[in-house]
Amino acid sequence: MLALLVSLTVLTLAFTLTRLSGDLAISIAGPAATQEDVEMVRRAYGLDRPLLQQFFSWVGRAAVGDFGESFFFRARVSDLILERMPVTLTLGLVGLCIALVVSIPMGILAAVRENTWVDRLVQLVAMLGQAMPGFWLGLIMMIFFGLQLGWLPVSGTGSWEHYVMPGMVLAFSAIPALTRLTRSGMIQALGSDYIRTARAKGLSRFSILFKHALRNAALPVVSIASVQLGFMLGGSIVIESVFALHGVGFLAWESITKNDFPVVQAVVLVLACIYIALTLAADMLNALLDPRLRG
Amino acid sequence: MSLLEVRDLHVRFGQTAAVRGADIVVERGETHCIVGESGCGKSVTSLAVMGLLAKGAERRAARMAFDGIDLLPMNERALSRLRGDRIAMIFQEPMTSLNPAYTVGSQMAEVRTRHKGGTRRAALDRAEELLGRVGITAPGLRLGQFPHQLSGGLRQRVMIAMALMNDPELLIADEPTTALDVTIQAQILRLLAQLQAELGLGLMLITHDLGVVARVATRVSVMYAGQVVETATTAELFANPRHPYTRGLLDCLPVPGKLPPGSQLGTIPGMVPKLTEGFRGCGFRSRCAYAQPACEADIPLYGTTHLSRCVLSA
Repeated sequence: MLALLVSLTVLTLAFTLTRLSGDLAISIAGPAATQEDVEMVRRAYGLDRPLLQQFFSWVGRAAVGDFGESFFFRARVSDLILERMPVTLTLGLVGLCIALVVSIPMGILAAVRENTWVDRLVQLVAMLGQAMPGFWLGLIMMIFFGLQLGWLPVSGTGSWEHYVMPGMVLAFSAIPALTRLTRSGMIQALGSDYIRTARAKGLSRFSILFKHALRNAALPVVSIASVQLGFMLGGSIVIESVFALHGVGFLAWESITKNDFPVVQAVVLVLACIYIALTLAADMLNALLDPRLRG
Repeated sequence: MSLLEVRDLHVRFGQTAAVRGADIVVERGETHCIVGESGCGKSVTSLAVMGLLAKGAERRAARMAFDGIDLLPMNERALSRLRGDRIAMIFQEPMTSLNPAYTVGSQMAEVRTRHKGGTRRAALDRAEELLGRVGITAPGLRLGQFPHQLSGGLRQRVMIAMALMNDPELLIADEPTTALDVTIQAQILRLLAQLQAELGLGLMLITHDLGVVARVATRVSVMYAGQVVETATTAELFANPRHPYTRGLLDCLPVPGKLPPGSQLGTIPGMVPKLTEGFRGCGFRSRCAYAQPACEADIPLYGTTHLSRCVLSA
């Protein structure tokens, strides 16, 4: 129910924001167009109809997966998005996997060695990650790994190697939050009464850390990881253009610069829906981890 | 050889001395109660024995041995082989002492398979048997339940059953009834006393309730301001208390028929001293009617079977 309301809000926002960006008919007709050309374009695309009518006809068609046609690509918007979705999804998942593989062990390590130099080092690394802009990091990595060392391809989507660098850059933005959440969750869990019980039971250090503490510390990490994946899918706009990956982000960037609003609207809507689905999935995963969350 | 022998235990947290001279001997099959008010160091003493003190705590002792095995040089790994197997412990907070993410059965079974091996199935069978034994109805059903589905009293019964999974020789119970309703308190105490007798456990029971002591203890140690001030058999201690603090404590106890109706119960005037760096001597001297200059020096435990840390007993 809540998910549905959120989708509706996004729908409205996507629609109104694109209309606010200027007279679409003028930008479609181009700089050399006469007043008559602009009027013709306006009628052809239905932009002369009342705003509410435009909105409801768009919503009605969007509900059945028809986002109309792109002004510039001369193709169905749904086809454009579907064709590019795998690239963006792969990139997001690679980024998330790298982020989890790095931040969970780092967070655990920092928690176990709380207030030692190990802990401070981890926090420092996390802070650096927070402070470093993705596009800049991307360029630096391109120069270093791509051009100087020649280990990885600099741009394109040909093979799995193409996803390594952009995946790492995306992961870098998620690592700070995930590391800190793992750390604070583990510190809280390790100080709890049930961990004292586990130690009184003589359980192994491994079992205490990974079975008893991590399971409870993982809940906020799962929630935030799903949000981060959403960010990565949406935020890959910058990274995809830096690495010339032809995914949804790249498509969005192209359409924004050309005022191709059916595509922009559709991309925003699709990403928002994925975001909502991810949050739902995180809630279900948390219910699996913590029996108290099951109805 | 005593089951547990602690001599001159000291524990400090930074500037504060939590325990500054605890001597406790628990014999096989006896119930040894440690009594004292909040902050006197009784819980810290039990945690020190288990090696479960919080980070930053400093522990030293003249001797600390379980069944003749020296516990002092043991690291976490060596200790973990004793804990949960030959020494078990239950805590004050049944609501938070079980892991919310795992079923009762899983938490009970793991302590069995960890120390005794065997299949999970066999461990679960034993868990079911013990849940029945601590008076839980439908034990088979409880195995599959999570802690949040149980009441506080039930959770403490689960903790007790879990502590018994490997037939421990020593059970340390740190105020196991404090967080429970009065009626449940009585049930849990009766259960502990009954299990202790049936299984021949050495039970170290920490409490601040002298009524509990009178009912279940074989021997009593009274703690005050970080020290064991008096140790004796229960009958001896109640009949013939030697340390002024113990006497004051017993005067505060309402005994039907001893005082005429309407008269006031005894109180001990004054406050517990702050146990900062450099505090020496008897912790009770500022509240004691018999205080003398000698009380400011370190005082040993006087006596052979009935011990008292007081210059009057010298």
